[in-house]
Amino acid sequence: MYQTTYHRASSVDEAASLFGKSSEAKFLAGGQTLLPVMKQRLASPSDVIDLGKIKDMIGVEASGDTLTIKAATPHYDVATSDAAKKAIPALAYLASLIGDPAVRYRGTIGGSIANNDPAADYPAGLLALGATVKTNKRSITADDFFKGLFTTALEDGEIITAVSFPVPAKAGYAKMRHPASRFALTAVFVAQTKSGEIRVAATGASQSGVVRVPAIEAALKANWSPSAIDGVTISASGLLSDIHGTSEYRANLIKVMAQRAVAAAG
Amino acid sequence: MSTVKLTVNGKAVAVDVEDRTLLVHLLRDHLNLTGTHVGCDTSQCGACVVHMDGRAVKSCTMLAGQADGASITTIEGIAKGDELHPMQAAFRDNHGLQCGYCTPGMIMSAIDIVHRHNSQGAGGQLDEATVRQELEGNICRCTGYHNIVKAVLDAAGRMKVAQAAE
Repeated sequence: MYQTTYHRASSVDEAASLFGKSSEAKFLAGGQTLLPVMKQRLASPSDVIDLGKIKDMIGVEASGDTLTIKAATPHYDVATSDAAKKAIPALAYLASLIGDPAVRYRGTIGGSIANNDPAADYPAGLLALGATVKTNKRSITADDFFKGLFTTALEDGEIITAVSFPVPAKAGYAKMRHPASRFALTAVFVAQTKSGEIRVAATGASQSGVVRVPAIEAALKANWSPSAIDGVTISASGLLSDIHGTSEYRANLIKVMAQRAVAAAG
Repeated sequence: MSTVKLTVNGKAVAVDVEDRTLLVHLLRDHLNLTGTHVGCDTSQCGACVVHMDGRAVKSCTMLAGQADGASITTIEGIAKGDELHPMQAAFRDNHGLQCGYCTPGMIMSAIDIVHRHNSQGAGGQLDEATVRQELEGNICRCTGYHNIVKAVLDAAGRMKVAQAAE
């Protein structure tokens, strides 16, 4: 790792101000992606500003029809949160599948979505549930937040403080885990909102990162059941292809994972 | 350079380190606690697992500064004098290691697994499938895991007995 200067922020305002004073700063949340990248010398921030100890940024709260997960909440705390398990069990389940237990103690929802890895779990949950990303400057809908591989709507120095999820009528998540990396070879989150809208998001599959899957949404709108997806054709065009799976394989996985997710949602 | 103040195996320490220093290097190079290993150095193998405030974390994927103010327990800190921790004893009795390189991390992760499952009360009974799933962040290239899983299940029983006795 190249030399860097570590700062621990005690508030969101302090973190923003530290960022403004540095030449090339990075925010550090759980560090489960940023630190490995820095160790490989693929990133060399002059300063790292630790958000992990800001008390206002940790916690899970349910109120009415909204579940709010503060940005520096580790995956383990989401997976085991009574509020999350009661309001959106599929989201708590999603958190329980990220990385391994040690990674889940450190990695955070804010870090995951700010990084927007094309095979990360949370982006699928946010997009399918129609979540809203809260920052120190504004609110951004999930539809507007994710902008392709490792790219988001965040501006320089903008800090995610929380994510709020409308509690759905039904939701399910199914993931084909890569057995070594535990990232999604392809995973699909399905949700039926309380107003009856169907939203389906796939991660790990597209060259554009997390995407909605309109063909499956239409099929589930007509008939909310795994068999409704039998006749759907997913094009392999624009899907990822690598040594772990061809684009045709991932196209099929989108269907199969969507069916499993609907079955899990009930 | 920064001074990192933390508690390691019950002792308060203050260490001057470069800001880029990883927790594992603070432990190994500055405190000479070389029981915690660096295996893959890419957050995958788990040889570097230590407990931070009771949670099993990968010390190669944390800056030392992030542990400022925390309480760290390493493999050197779990035995009581000459008496091995029940997890260490179970690894020995079940031949849960061959070369031993992954063992410190395995043991620290395994203690955390038992704590999490034993703390769920009587219903928190660890089974083989759960142990195998929960150990996925720890890689062993010798044993094929069979005796490691046996050791963890054995220790889970011993720790429950020890907990009940306290």
